[in-house]
Amino acid sequence: MIYSEKVMDHFSNPRNVGAIADADGVGEVGNAKCGDIMKIYLKIENDIITDVKFKTFGCGAAVATSSMATELIKGKPVSEALKLTNKAVVDALDGLPAVKIHCSVLAEEAIKAAIADYLVKQGKNPADYGIKEACNSCCSSCGSSCNEK
Amino acid sequence: MFVYADNAATTKIDPEVLKVMLPFLKENFGNPSTFYSKGREVSLAIEHAREQVAQAIGAKPSEIYFTSCGTESDNWAIRGIASRYTEKRGKHIITTNIEHHAVLHTLKAMEKEGYEVTYLPVDREGFISPHQVEDAIRPDTLLITVMTANNEIGSVQPIVEIGKIARAHKVLFHTDAVQAVGHIPVNVEEMQVDLLSLSAHKFCAPKGIGALYIRKGVLPNNLLQGGGQERGKRPGTENTAAIVGMGAAIEKAVRTMEQNTAKISVLRDRLIAGIMNNIPYCIRNTPTHDMLPGTVNISVRYIEGESLLLLLDMNGICASSGSACASGSLDPSHVLLALGLPHETAHGSVRFSLNHENTIEQVDYIIQTMQSITTRLRDMSPLWENVSKESSFQEKEPVVL
Repeated sequence: MIYSEKVMDHFSNPRNVGAIADADGVGEVGNAKCGDIMKIYLKIENDIITDVKFKTFGCGAAVATSSMATELIKGKPVSEALKLTNKAVVDALDGLPAVKIHCSVLAEEAIKAAIADYLVKQGKNPADYGIKEACNSCCSSCGSSCNEK
Repeated sequence: MFVYADNAATTKIDPEVLKVMLPFLKENFGNPSTFYSKGREVSLAIEHAREQVAQAIGAKPSEIYFTSCGTESDNWAIRGIASRYTEKRGKHIITTNIEHHAVLHTLKAMEKEGYEVTYLPVDREGFISPHQVEDAIRPDTLLITVMTANNEIGSVQPIVEIGKIARAHKVLFHTDAVQAVGHIPVNVEEMQVDLLSLSAHKFCAPKGIGALYIRKGVLPNNLLQGGGQERGKRPGTENTAAIVGMGAAIEKAVRTMEQNTAKISVLRDRLIAGIMNNIPYCIRNTPTHDMLPGTVNISVRYIEGESLLLLLDMNGICASSGSACASGSLDPSHVLLALGLPHETAHGSVRFSLNHENTIEQVDYIIQTMQSITTRLRDMSPLWENVSKESSFQEKEPVVL
């Protein structure tokens, strides 16, 4: 398994690790059975993501994609964070091995799940913002079904 | 500090072994099948190595066939016996659910070709009982194949008892002894095995060389067709330097086994106790009896194995893991799942495999590094968040040695 220098940098010095006690939005995706879980905490003021933290159980790529995804949305308006794609995370990390692409999908889903939580707390419907319910399982490459948790 | 603790994956070539090999990579380059002296001297060296291998496992030199690796030996044993004896004996094979992939994937392929395979389940410590084997034997049983020692957890199966049963029922018996030879006493007569696979790079010889022991009178068909090498049973120009190295290495491994085992098993027990006593929520996967001298397998709950390996590597420690990510597949190790571990616990497994070159200082360094890495990974694990909220280490499991 060969990781890029950027991946190794974000794995060995992950940015934004931790939790936010009074978070405005919290999202958790993945499952332990498959070997990765990501949890994202958001602090949002005037529609701007002022702070973001993550906790991740998973491989090197799972930690690195979490770290990079949080960096990419920090300080951004919610509307822009919603546009974050897994591809943007992969590109920012100078690529991922093919078998690790699902980690970037998980990172995108984790961000969206946290924003969805924020929107619900605001009395809004995440579906109106184009957020589909995260499947809370592994990516499609994994054998386990969406209902299994 | 640099610590190589992955000797079950491969070993460093012993300098004495390398020295014996070098002439065969330089001036002694002759093809052993030729008639001039340049070839004959190489042929003699190969026959000497064959004697060394035979003596190490209690066999006759004429029962040893050099192959390219342990995987080839396993494939040849199983496929060769099947193609030779299926018509006479049947299409049923008995094995365990913790075999190496060289055996398991061969059998999976054969199931598609109409063979029926019984996978005996191991217990929580990774053992099958001889009774399980006896109960599984049918009139159409062609072969029993049970590994001597497991590569991931180090459990050593009751091969002598299984051998007796196989003999009593007149069923052919193969054992993959790749992890055992050179580390624990292996004797084909005591074990009553008909075929035994071994691989040289597990005992300080080079990669790319293995052997298959085939009992006199047992006649597996060839895997390869070609020239007359290895008495026509395994054609292909011999890997002469590697064969010579294998002979020297196995001779030394057996000669030094007792003193090495005494040293390595102390290191193993220290490592297990050091991790189990200092890191809460760990599960010992290595058995408490009948185990290899150097294998330590532990699951560290709430963290994932690949992350653990990357951080160990950053601290100069080479180890391996049974996590799905580390194995490059989607599922964690079949061996750990066979022990009854849940997927999430299997993902957090780490294997250290020690040999005689490891030291107490290295073991203590591994323990210390494991503590700091585990704290670091758990601090960023959402699973740990819930655990540390709920309790404060009451669940800490006592160490069993």
